[in-house]
Parts: sequence; structure tokens; C-alpha cells
Amino acid sequence: MRLRAPTVAGIAATVVVAAIIALLPFGLSDYHRSTGATVAVFFIAILALNIVTGYTGQISIGHGAFMAVGAYSTAILTHNHGWNDLATLPVSALIGFVAGVIVGLPALRLHGVYLALTTFAVALAVPQIVSNYPNFTGGVVGLSLPSHTGMWLYEVSWAVAGIMFVVAWLLLRGRTGRAFRAVRDSEVAAASSGVSLAVYKTVAFGISAAMAALAGSLYVLVNNYASPTIFGLTLSLYILIGAVVGGLGSLWGVLVGAAFVELLPLGLTSAGLGSSQSVPVIFGAVVIGVMALLPLGAATLLRAALHFGSQIGQHSDQPLGTEGR
Amino acid sequence: MGVLLALSDVDARYGQVQALRGITLAVDEGEIVAILGANGAGKTTTLRAISGTVRRTGKIELAGRSLARTGPEVAARRGVAHVPEGRGTFSELTVWENLRLGAHVRRGSLKDDFARVSAYFPWLEERRTQQAGTLSGGEQQMLALARAVMQRPRLLLLDEPSLGLAPLVVAEIFRIVRELNEREGAAVLLVEQNARTSLAIAARAYVLEVGQVAFSGPSDELAAHDNIRRSYLGY
Amino acid sequence: MTALTAFQARTRIRPTTGWIVPLLLVAICVFLVVGSVQSSLFAQQTVSGLANGGIYASLAVALVLIYRATEVINFAQGALATFATYIAWQLLSWGFSYWEAFFATLAIAFAGGFVIELVAIRPVERRGNQLTVVIAAVGLLILVEGAIGWIWGNQVKFMPSAFAPHIYRVGGVAFSRQDLSTIAISIASVGLLWLFFRFTKVGLAMRAAAVRPAAARLVGVRVSWMLSLGWGLAAVLGAVSGMMAAASPSVLLQPSMMDGILIYAFAAAVVGGLESAAGAVIGALLIGVGLNLVSAYISWVTPQLLLPAAFVVMLAVLLVKPSGLFGRTRVRKV
Repeated sequence: MRLRAPTVAGIAATVVVAAIIALLPFGLSDYHRSTGATVAVFFIAILALNIVTGYTGQISIGHGAFMAVGAYSTAILTHNHGWNDLATLPVSALIGFVAGVIVGLPALRLHGVYLALTTFAVALAVPQIVSNYPNFTGGVVGLSLPSHTGMWLYEVSWAVAGIMFVVAWLLLRGRTGRAFRAVRDSEVAAASSGVSLAVYKTVAFGISAAMAALAGSLYVLVNNYASPTIFGLTLSLYILIGAVVGGLGSLWGVLVGAAFVELLPLGLTSAGLGSSQSVPVIFGAVVIGVMALLPLGAATLLRAALHFGSQIGQHSDQPLGTEGR
Repeated sequence: MGVLLALSDVDARYGQVQALRGITLAVDEGEIVAILGANGAGKTTTLRAISGTVRRTGKIELAGRSLARTGPEVAARRGVAHVPEGRGTFSELTVWENLRLGAHVRRGSLKDDFARVSAYFPWLEERRTQQAGTLSGGEQQMLALARAVMQRPRLLLLDEPSLGLAPLVVAEIFRIVRELNEREGAAVLLVEQNARTSLAIAARAYVLEVGQVAFSGPSDELAAHDNIRRSYLGY
Repeated sequence: MTALTAFQARTRIRPTTGWIVPLLLVAICVFLVVGSVQSSLFAQQTVSGLANGGIYASLAVALVLIYRATEVINFAQGALATFATYIAWQLLSWGFSYWEAFFATLAIAFAGGFVIELVAIRPVERRGNQLTVVIAAVGLLILVEGAIGWIWGNQVKFMPSAFAPHIYRVGGVAFSRQDLSTIAISIASVGLLWLFFRFTKVGLAMRAAAVRPAAARLVGVRVSWMLSLGWGLAAVLGAVSGMMAAASPSVLLQPSMMDGILIYAFAAAVVGGLESAAGAVIGALLIGVGLNLVSAYISWVTPQLLLPAAFVVMLAVLLVKPSGLFGRTRVRKV
């Protein structure tokens, strides 16, 4: 998100979109409402990833793991201990934050591709660990959760999404946000200007993980089911794709990315353009195409379209790895 | 002897900055020509424009064939050997591998070429398996030259060969360049800040200033002209 | 220069930790040999661990190949390997002999890798940055695994081996022919590749293009073709890895066949230092043997924990030595 004073156009657009999101479910079937809730889940997860990757330049391909942490916190508390599901959300966020800090600490020593690989391995490892302790986590069989109406899920998910949006916006406006961007743009410069690298990077991971944990909790509520397979590699990859396709460092991009990742496959099937077999092929091809045509994500189009007016500042938009060969 | 290289009205830019404006120059077959001027005058960019390493517009012809739309790979194939600033040595590879790469565009047996190169640089033979990055600055420069020799170029583009080297080494390098020119018949376009040494071996010179040709002429005239010497050549 | 540094200058592999790492490796070898002599279970696990290591090594070298040339991790490498294996399966089911199918698959894999770089990666590389290319690779991963399911379905298939099952007995220890041939084939493919890079003109050009693309262009190397070539060769290595994997008894031929192996290959590449193929091979062998021994002797490590175990190893190496055992310590530019 560009951090200048919000423009009139920006505020108007936000209000319009918020209104659309609020009113949309009334015109949808129950099934589609839960799909809409899933888009909210991805919105939160991609927002979480943006905080880490888009703003501090640390790469994480393992956010599915943080989602799993939150998801299982909620699942275990509701299933095994009878908690009310909404009440588990703050707990889930807290546990997520702790997990994020735990991951963030060794992440301090890793950079770029090594961090990416490590988080990738985490993403793969967590489902394995989960299924290895069935007494605790229900193993491969999974845990079931109370079900809710599509409307309830939609409203709760988007409410949380809205709160997260505001949190992110406030966070990134202030000193913390400036510090984040300083870290991303040049770690060495940031360090030499007194920004405590370790603290900011770890905090970023913590906040990001907390958000992802919330997304995970909501995810299992939407599916009323928690099992390790849904938190596999594919989930982390989809979050990453959503973040980049939408455009890193762009709040609007998060929305586009979430819609892209959740709705495109569904849209293809319902439009009859693909069977469940061929959808991944088309999806993969579209991702490659988008990367070829819009390397900085859909946000570039959005910016042009909404006349946000400033040049696409090279520095604050290009996230990482932009040192040419 | 005909014209080998002809540049006419060549422009080049780095992003928003215009580095070359309307450069026009020529090099005849077998000639040594120097390009002189202060830092930032566009000397290196001119060489890059010829080899195609930088985006440029204008007419660039080598022996009548246009190089204007081609990249460095094609220029190399047509007989241009560009030894860039920083020498372009492959530090991670061995001396021998560097030489071998120099001959990448050549076909046929390279045995004679290694012999030729050893004649100019006898010390290379015993250092064949040494990693190029561990050579001294002067040795790396000579390796870069040797690599160009392997290519059997028609035109040798040399970018600041004397940079950072001790005077004795510089003298050696220039001596070899002159020998190369006389024995192999390769034309040389030499970019240098060290005007004195370059004018000593070059027949003609162009003096660049902010991306344009300010003066040109035979070396002895330029060297004799007090104003030019003091303002542009620094001595 | 002292004699030592001169020697190090002349050899290409320069362990950045001096002699600690080679010493460690020697110690490990001694441990393995002694253990094998003492216990037949140990020997068997070591050999089959080496065979697994061979499978990981081929894939790891493929990853290193592409990483060295482009600084991009090809997340799709495993899926491409699986696709190639399916092609082999298809050829076999059409009646070709094993070796005909094997080599035909290698040729097809080469062409496929080459074309994919040309068509899918190059357009992305042109305008994007590293992250963009990585996402394109991820898109490719989804595409390829989806394509496998689409063309051949998701059911597990049976992949025959070239070798009739046979057990060799040496001093009371049983070794399977499959394991031994996997080791041999892996060594052969990596070895041939090494020869190619070391002794051919094209191999040299590819190396030059990988380390210094700008300088390579100046000597006439067509760097973009070298990149496509690199992808082709990487695909070939992946195909070898896939076919060996499918032939091994513990791996099933299905679209996600190489997902776990990809992680082990990553771990191996990372342990070896992402830019060193030799390091990746050693890393792969270590991981293969290590995981086998751990699962045989440490009872609470179930098969499901092996992947996290590999991850822990990878993390440990990275924390102690961020550039891997054989990597060059990168100085971060200010």
C-alpha cells in the first residue's frame, strides 16, 4: 500500500468496495456465501504474507504452516475442550504470534533463497508432524468442527478481514511501517540508521503469523473440518501466488490476489471451461502468463486504472531480488 | 586500406541520461585509433555502442555490414573483440579456459592459436590451470588481451587497459598492443585516460566531451596543439 | 603466494572452512565402513541409503544447474521429473523395452526442458525479477502436476524396473540389485554431466554464461540459448532421478511422487552450498544414508517424521554455515 495521505479517490474506492462486500451475500446462495468466506480467508492470509514479504522483504513460502497452527488451535479447543469457536480466535492469534516469533528468530540468520527454502520445507513438514500425533491432533482422520450457515461464515470472516485490513493499514502508516520498509529496501542502511533489525524482523514475522493463524482458524470453520492434508504445500503455494499475482506491497493487490486464487479455479469449472482435471493446468498457465505480462502483479493495472497518480516508484514496489544479474 | 568501422550519428542513453549524442567516427583497416576525454565523456559508452552492449541508435557499420540492431554475440562473430572495463575475465575459470572461451567464435583447430598466444605471453603456458581470479591486475589484463588474440579479431576494442596498473606493466601492455596491430593486422580502437601513452601508439585520436566528438585528428597534431593538450589531455 | 594458497588457487573446489569439512566427511566414511563391517543391518541400510542418496543427488544437481545459471530455485523440477517418468511408463506400456524407453525419455525430457525455458520462463525473465520467475516456476509446478493427473489420472501406477529383482550376498549381507544399479546410474549421469561441463566447448560456454553472462556475450556465447540448454540438461537429470525413484520399492508412481524427494534434493543442494554440484551430491548421499540409519535405529522417528528431520538438518546447516558446506561465503554488498 502506498503510504501517502489517503486520496479522495482511494477512500471512495475503499468505501465502495466495502459496501459491495457487505451487500453481496444477500444475493448469493448459501454455498456461494461460504465461497465468499473462503476469499476472506485468503485475503487475510495474503495480507499476512504481504507484511512479511512485501514490506520487510523476508520471503516466506510457509504461511500454510502458520495457518495450520491457528487452525489446529481452534480445532483442538472446540473439539476436545468444548470452547466456543469465536472465543478461540484471539487464542489462535496469540499462538500464531508466538509461532511466528519462534520462526522469525532463526530466520534472522537466513536470507533470500535460503529463507524461502526453509519456509518451504516448514510448509511441507508441518502436515507430517500433525499427522504423526493423532491422539493430539486427530491425525490424518482429522477433527470435525461445528458447522455454521454460509451467512454466518461470510460475515465473521469478512469482519475479521476488515479488522485485519485496518490493523495492517495503521501498522504500516506509522513508525513500524517505515521501519519495515527501511528493512526491506536496505537492511544495512536500516541497521546503520538505528532501526533494530532483529526486533523489527521478528515482530513482523510474529504479526504475520498471528494473522495467518486467524486465517487458518476461519478456514477450518468454513470447512467445518481440520485435517493435515488441507494444510499441505499447495495451500502455501496458493497464498504466495495470490500475493504476487495481486502485487506485493499493495493492499488492493491482496484483494485481487485472494479473488484470483479462490475464484478462478471455481469460475473455470462452472463456466465449463475445465474439468477438475484440467483446471490446475489452466490455472498454472494463467499464473505463468500473468508473471510474463504483469511482473509486478495486478496492482500495476489497478494503480493505472484508479489514477492513483504517482509513478510506480521503483523502490517501494519491487519487493526483492530486484538486483539484476 | 579501406574503412573498417564507421559510426554515424550514434546516440545512446542510460535510462534518462543521454550518454552519446551524434557520435561520428571511423577506423580504417589496421589502424590504431584512440578515444580520449575526461571521465563521463562517453568513451566507454562508445565502445559499448559498437559491440552492442548498450542500447543505441544511429549507423554502425563494420566492413559495410550493419551492427546497429545486433547484440554483442553477433559483433563477436563478425570479428569484434571487446575487452571491457574490468577486463571481462572469467575469474572463476582457469587461464586455459579463459583462452579457450576467447576462441569461442572460431572454428577449426586451435593448436596454432595457443602457440601464437604463448609467443606474446610466454608466462601463460605454465599458469594454464590457475584460477584467473588469482592473477594480479596486470596479469589479468594481459590474459584479457590474450583472449582477444585467440579470437583473431578484425577490430579490437580496448577499454582503459592501463587502469590501475603500474607504469612498467602499462608499457608492456601497450608494446604488445602495437605488436598485435603490426603482426595480426587487427585495427584497434583504444579508450584511454592516459592520453600520452595512447597518442604514442595511435595514428589518430578523437576527443570526446559530454557525449560528443569535440576534436579529432592525427595524434601528433593533437599532441602539439597546446590548448587541446592542456584542457582535454591533461598535460 | 604461499605454496598452500597457490595450490588452492589451482584446484577449483575450495572448502571455505579450510579442512574441517573434508575431515568431517572422512570421519563419516570411517563410521559407515566400521558400522557396516560390524552389523549387516547397518550395511544394508547404508547401501540402500546411498541408493536413495543417488536419487536425490540427480535431482539436486538439476536444481543447482538452474540455480547457478539464473539464481532461481526451480520449484517445478520434481514435477517435471515425474512427468518424464510417466512418459517412460507410457512407452513401456506401449511395448518398448526398458532401455529404449529410458533413453527415449531422456531425449524427450531434454527437448521438453529446453522448450519450457524458451516458452514459459524466458518471457517471464525478460521483464520480471527473481521472485517473478519463482512464481512462474510454481505455476509450472501446478500446471505439470495437473497435466499428469489429466492425462494419466491420479491412480498409482506400477513402474517396472530394468533389472529383475536379485539379491547379492556379500559376507552375509544382502544387497539388492536395484539399489546397486541406482547407485551406478546416478553416478554415471552426474559423472557424464561433469565430463560434459569440463571438457566440451558447449559445456565451457554454459559455465561462462552462468558465472558472467555479460562477459560471455562479449566472446560470442549466446547466453539465452545456454539457459535453455541448462534447463534441458536439468530436465534430463530430473528424468533419471524420477525413473530411479519409481523403480525403487518404497516409491509409488503418482502425480505427487517427487514432492518429498524434491525437499530432500533441496536439502542436499542447500547443505552442499547452492552453487556447488559436488556439494549437492555429497549432501544428497549424506541425507540419504543419514535418514535411512535414523529411521532404522531411532524408533520414534516414523516415516512421517523423516521429512521434518531433513528440514531440521537443512536448518542446522544453514544456521551454522549459511552458505552451505561447500558454498562460497557471500559478502553482502553495502
